[in-house]
Amino acid sequence: MKLRTCFLLPAWLAMALLFAVPFVIVLAYSFLTRGVYGGMVPPWTTESYRRLFDALYLAILGRSFAMALAATALCLLLAFPAALFISRAARHRNLYLQLVMLPFWTSFLVRTYAWIFLLRDTGLFNTILLSLGIIHSPLPLLYNDGAVLLGLVYGYLPFMVLPIYATLERLDPALAEAAADLGARPLTTVWHIVVPLSRPGIVAGSVLVFIPCLGAYLTPALLGGGRTVMVGNLVQNQFTTARGWPFGAAVSIALMALVTLVLVVFLRRESEPLA
Amino acid sequence: MPPILELRKLVKHYPGQQAVREISLAIPRGSFFSLLGPSGCGKTTTLRLIAGFEQPTSGEVLLNGEIVNHRKPYERNVSTVFQNYALFPHLTARANVEFGLKRHRATDIDRRVREALELVGLTGKESRRPAQLSGGERQRVALARSLVLQPDVLLLDEPLAALDPKLRKQMRVELKAMQRHAGVTFLLVTHDQQEALSMSDGLAVMNEGRIEQVGSPEGVYLRPSTRFVASFLGAVNWISGAGIRPESVRLLAPGDDTPDRHVRGVVSGSVFLGDCVQVQVRLSGEVDAVAQLPRGAALFQPGDAVQFTWSAADEITFL
Repeated sequence: MKLRTCFLLPAWLAMALLFAVPFVIVLAYSFLTRGVYGGMVPPWTTESYRRLFDALYLAILGRSFAMALAATALCLLLAFPAALFISRAARHRNLYLQLVMLPFWTSFLVRTYAWIFLLRDTGLFNTILLSLGIIHSPLPLLYNDGAVLLGLVYGYLPFMVLPIYATLERLDPALAEAAADLGARPLTTVWHIVVPLSRPGIVAGSVLVFIPCLGAYLTPALLGGGRTVMVGNLVQNQFTTARGWPFGAAVSIALMALVTLVLVVFLRRESEPLA
Repeated sequence: MPPILELRKLVKHYPGQQAVREISLAIPRGSFFSLLGPSGCGKTTTLRLIAGFEQPTSGEVLLNGEIVNHRKPYERNVSTVFQNYALFPHLTARANVEFGLKRHRATDIDRRVREALELVGLTGKESRRPAQLSGGERQRVALARSLVLQPDVLLLDEPLAALDPKLRKQMRVELKAMQRHAGVTFLLVTHDQQEALSMSDGLAVMNEGRIEQVGSPEGVYLRPSTRFVASFLGAVNWISGAGIRPESVRLLAPGDDTPDRHVRGVVSGSVFLGDCVQVQVRLSGEVDAVAQLPRGAALFQPGDAVQFTWSAADEITFL
């Protein structure tokens, strides 16, 4: 075996053990039948997949899709101006980038919990608004879709900022100057020149945000108020309290197939050369 | 009518550096004018001050007799051809040319774009993107993109530097023809003296943030006002305070009589350049000098004693 191939061996092993094998196991689970006391037993069946088309589960899937899409759109809206600002900052660029990555210094779980302390009826926001007399009863800030969306946007914003920054940073500053020179005002320049040329970063960031948001489990579990808000919670629920391992596995596989489909369609269109 | 472009005591400081030190200049309407100087002399900064990409520390930029210091680049009727062209890579040649017209809400966009592309000789390549065009074609797109706006002044920042030598010579002729045809004032920034001399109606030689001399190509070449200008525009032999261009020199055999000025020397080498021969001569006093002779002239071998001869009228002197 060549030395070069040896370098790839650890990665292959990790992929095989940590991805391929578990994937096959989950795939197998999804075609088994739920036992009387949980677990899986034969016979092999496609029953779990048929159950996916139940209106209840389709709604959860649809809602997850909508939430992930909304979170991605909001991240894009917030991240693009921030990335543009950082890429054009004359000084302190590294400081700004560190600030973007600052949340990674603590655990995602802790940060999500922190939102509970900010949003709950006796939390920071409600306390301030109440004491200022702006409201007279606490606003329902926590345990709803809005709170989940907020948590998702908060959690995945850096994954949108960084790839967009990376493309903007490589953009030739002369292009923006040329646009201004030809009579374009700053916003026109951004819209007609900067946005189209930072498309690779926008695409990468959107993928990096959309996929984890679609399968998000922790954020909806903590901020969504215990209801099965998103598909990630459905999977978790099936594997724990509901003891429906085959169905949980089927949902996972369906989610994965959906993501792959979206990616293939999306990226194939994006990877068309400029020519 | 006021000059189309005027600079009044223009100064630009950067931290730790004075890029432009009190430049005053008036550029006549419809002329082809060049700012010539070595890299770092402040010529590109001057161009950027005119375009509005930089703000002067002091002094004024006037377009059509009007001070435009406070105007943004998109509010000034000047246009720039950038050194690397700065074409929009995601847009076709046609869309690049249309870009400015659309921003100005021009009417008759189709016709004007077609005429501009015709002027620069790009008809038939409208729907290609910059990546599908050669270096020369990209430059033509950049020219069309700016010329189509009929700017008061077209600013060109080292436009030929990125082209290969053969194309560069061809583009000199074409640029000049385009300028005449479009009737637009061109302001060219270059470090290439041949470029400046061959295309310009007038030029300013810059050094260390200052203008050393303004004049016609013949004027600055034949009557440079400083040693820097004389040396920058071409090779000069400095012999007891006077400058003599190599092409003004004749080499005579030691015994020949001549009424002209002459110094004795010994040939130390020669270089064949195709259209001429450069002969190096070591003059008495250990001074090295160069004579540029026509190819057919009498040949000298290294070691030959010669008279290094020139006419007093060809001397460059400073008063």
